[in-house]
Amino acid sequence: MLRLTWRNLLARKVRLLMSTLAIVLGIGFLAGVMTFSTGLNATFDNIVKGSTSDGLVRPAGDIQGANAGVGTTQVITPADVETLDALPEVEDAVGSVDGIGSFLLGEDGKLVGGQGAPTLAFNYAPTENMAGEQILELTAGEWPSEPGEVTLDTSSAERGSYVVGDEVTMIVPTLGETRRTFTLVGTADFNGGGTAGATLVLLDTAEAQEIFLDGQDAFTSVALTAADGVSQAELAAAADAVAPDGFAGVTGDEVVKETQDQIGQFLDVISIFLTTFAVIAIVVGAFIIFNTFSILVSQRVRESALLRALGASKRQVTRSVLIEAFLMSVVGATLGLLLGLGLSRLLAGLFRTFGLDIAGEVLTLTPFTIAAGYVTGILVTMVAAFVPARRAAKVPPVAAMRDDLVVQEKGMGRRLLLGSVAMVVGVALAAAGLTGAPGTDAIWIGAGAVIWVITTAVLAPVLGKPVLLACRAVFGRVFGTAGRLAGENALRNPRRTGATASALMIGLAVVSAVGVLASSLSATNDKVVDDAFRSDFLVQMPTFQGFPAQYGDRMEEVDGVDLVSRQQGTPVSVDVDGRSDQSFAAGVDPAYFEIYDLTMVEGTDEISGRQALLSEGRAQDLQAGPGDTIDVSFPGGETVPVEVVGVFEDSPTTGGITVPLSVLEDAGIKRSDSSLSITVEDGADRATVKQDLEDIVEELPILSVQDKVEFKELISGQVNQLLYVIYGLLALAVIIAVIGIVNTLGLSVLERTREIGLLRAVGLSRRRLRTMITLESVAIALLGAVLGMVLGLVIGVVLRQSLKDDLTELSLPLDNLLVFLVVAVIFGVLAAIVPAIRASRMKVLDAIATE
Amino acid sequence: MTEHTLGEATQGVAASAHDLVKTYGKGEAEVRALDGVTIDLMQGEFTAVMGPSGSGKSTLMHCLAALDTPTSGEAVVDGTSLGKLKDKDLTTLRRERVGFVFQSFNLVPTLTAEENILLPLNLAGRKPDRAWFDQVVDAVGLRPRLGHRPSEMSGGQQQRVACARALVSQPKIVFADEPTGNLDSTSSAEVLGFLRRSVDEFGQTVVMVTHDPVAASYTDRVVFLADGRIVDELRNPDRDQILEKMVGLQDAASAKAAG
Repeated sequence: MLRLTWRNLLARKVRLLMSTLAIVLGIGFLAGVMTFSTGLNATFDNIVKGSTSDGLVRPAGDIQGANAGVGTTQVITPADVETLDALPEVEDAVGSVDGIGSFLLGEDGKLVGGQGAPTLAFNYAPTENMAGEQILELTAGEWPSEPGEVTLDTSSAERGSYVVGDEVTMIVPTLGETRRTFTLVGTADFNGGGTAGATLVLLDTAEAQEIFLDGQDAFTSVALTAADGVSQAELAAAADAVAPDGFAGVTGDEVVKETQDQIGQFLDVISIFLTTFAVIAIVVGAFIIFNTFSILVSQRVRESALLRALGASKRQVTRSVLIEAFLMSVVGATLGLLLGLGLSRLLAGLFRTFGLDIAGEVLTLTPFTIAAGYVTGILVTMVAAFVPARRAAKVPPVAAMRDDLVVQEKGMGRRLLLGSVAMVVGVALAAAGLTGAPGTDAIWIGAGAVIWVITTAVLAPVLGKPVLLACRAVFGRVFGTAGRLAGENALRNPRRTGATASALMIGLAVVSAVGVLASSLSATNDKVVDDAFRSDFLVQMPTFQGFPAQYGDRMEEVDGVDLVSRQQGTPVSVDVDGRSDQSFAAGVDPAYFEIYDLTMVEGTDEISGRQALLSEGRAQDLQAGPGDTIDVSFPGGETVPVEVVGVFEDSPTTGGITVPLSVLEDAGIKRSDSSLSITVEDGADRATVKQDLEDIVEELPILSVQDKVEFKELISGQVNQLLYVIYGLLALAVIIAVIGIVNTLGLSVLERTREIGLLRAVGLSRRRLRTMITLESVAIALLGAVLGMVLGLVIGVVLRQSLKDDLTELSLPLDNLLVFLVVAVIFGVLAAIVPAIRASRMKVLDAIATE
Repeated sequence: MTEHTLGEATQGVAASAHDLVKTYGKGEAEVRALDGVTIDLMQGEFTAVMGPSGSGKSTLMHCLAALDTPTSGEAVVDGTSLGKLKDKDLTTLRRERVGFVFQSFNLVPTLTAEENILLPLNLAGRKPDRAWFDQVVDAVGLRPRLGHRPSEMSGGQQQRVACARALVSQPKIVFADEPTGNLDSTSSAEVLGFLRRSVDEFGQTVVMVTHDPVAASYTDRVVFLADGRIVDELRNPDRDQILEKMVGLQDAASAKAAG
């Protein structure tokens, strides 16, 4: 029996290869994503562990300034460093100067690193990490030893097209002079390997102090190396005892954990995001496997009957099909894992272009990935092949004796009934989600959507009939007999057509649902911008980082500028019932209130001194209102009590906690701006003013001056970018679905060899035969596309409804849907190429003579 | 196994039918394919079942061969009543005690001649008896063809492979359904000669459904069916006798259809 299974596999190499391809692609995607995620984690782990010393003395408090992207004015003096160095627990104490707000320009004058990973500028001082190795290792040249020298990380130097000895230009946040040139004296990397895309800028200590600390002889933190036999905890405790006010000693482990927590969230999101698409691809693949085996089984009715007549038990027949599936899945999963390895390198390459550098050596198949790949591949294939395998065993042995055998398929009645019930359950779940059932709404709706998708797949033979009837009518009218026959062929085995189309349906349902959400998001953004964009120009970085205040100062001087409102953002935390509530505070100047009208719910919008306005959402979270005083903790550890004087309706123009700029100053936050709102004087020429403003920021390429239209385009550009990434990832599922169509058509052509011969014998030309097969393929593709899009629209609209607080506008991406439909037709035509050629090459006589 | 022995009286009977009825469809559309057939098929005998199209001869064979279940009545193979057997037991019975030869050969195209012949034993997980296998292969004259696939053989050769397959598991009874229906006269003679020899030399019991008076003339006994009933029987028939009977039945059937 095993031999028979094996022979069957070999005899049907081509068609099995096609369905193996579905497994290969699905598992390949999954393995690729897993390998990539593991590599990403390993990269960050290596860097975090390799770049952290035994202990650290740094500003106290929950929020670390440099991590949060804001600078503090708190410093630690060389005397303090000496005190620390003198501690018996401390082997070595090294003061560091961390600066933010500097950017490296490439040789072509463009920014290196772009908008992704940050630029970390600091003074170079040899420091050991927790493993006792140097944190930084030279890869070429030497360390910076005097002002005017710089050492960059290897990858940034490459990206900027610099070699040791070149003049390097940087933007630095110093007053007056923002561009500074340095001599590149060396390149270096973190001990852990790579920088994950961050740009490292190592400067001489004195120059770092001049740039970032206004020339004070001081440091922002101190790295500690423990003496022999001293634990991290002992080291931190000893350092903490002598650390100056506002500074605290912490262990290296703590710092590592903090960083991992921060990065971990981000990495998890990437990993879940990618895995979702891998799962979709695998589900689509499962449909194709199911379909292939269904067809194979129906073509082998006679053989199964013969086996049964010769004494094979039902179980033997089922097992034979399942073993076939098993062997196929092992081959498929093996190839898939190899593909996954390649894919992960490709993904790493893709992320590298976004500035996220992942070293190739961490991209290996882990035992877990290998196990997951095989288990998923084998399980999915076996499950998909189970129903067809059972069906094979149900063939009555007497079938071997009859020539005219058609396996009677059960009516659609039961399927329709079960499907309708499931559909109703799906609706009930979605309704529960919409009407505020406990838990996350999206989970209820998601569960409902999954049931809809499955039910639609099951009911595709029934639901799709109108589409197929329409195809038949149109094809018949346009293409004559060949068209009508194509329509008939698509209709004659509704199960097969339905199952084939279902693979495409799933892909397009997700595409359309995502399309609805993206389109609604864009529409909502447009509306928000229309409502909120009150100034003529907005100046900010795409990353919303701070930029030096001098730009705002200079813009105030531009002719024709009426008002420049300055806003500085910073993360803050507020204690609520002993729990620290993390949020975002905006420091605003008085001009803000001249440009923007906040809609007040309570109190007044007049603030000065240590007063604050809260957004409605924030007021609720903080359980505070006018008259209350809240203690706001800032990066650097300062806590400032502020009195709440008003509550406003949530607005995108300011932070949830809005305070006068002076509060940030009091908290020791270094002055910078994160956004400037500029209005133009009546009668002034907007274009000229804009040009003058742009001239000011010319030297800082990522700081842009935008009017309302540009701002809208920027935001919708970001939404679209994400959308295209999602579409790109879904493309794989669609490709797998197209493979399914090729597979089904190929098998149908084989099955109808005799019929095709007959048609050719009575005069159907090769060309029209090809047309017939192509049209059948188009009908299947259209069926999948239409079902998928309708379902996707419904799911998208329901999801939007559940998110209506954030997505206030509903917008259907009808133009996109039209494009999808056209793409589906094109895919249909492409899928038919090979089967059509095969059919047209059949010799008339052979075709008729085939038994 | 639910062995059901009918006692001394069935000695020498390889298979039997008792008042077998098989109907298809319901109400107006009901077709009585078998209308109360009772017959004993004797061990070591070559029996032909003949009759016009639609007379129920194939249905009779399917019921006796445990391929189909009768509506009522009892079919017994090798002393075992089939009516009470579950699918699993029927499978075992087919595997161990029944052999088949089909009109359209029904070889597995992906297996060689030898593998096809040994397939029933493989399915049963039994070791082939090499001496018997050699004897059968030599009897059908297939030795030089054992490594060939069905597509590389003529129809006659394929059918001889099928015959060898039916015999190799040493079944109690071999059912042949129009075994020469797809063959030319030379190949037919080879196949029929082999079936005859298997009865004479190996003591095999063979039951063959056929249209062909020439084929039937190779047998010991011809049973005639019409309208689901046994209407006549010949012992040691010759071709002309059979032809005469068949023409009579054919005419009766035509007359009935016309009337």
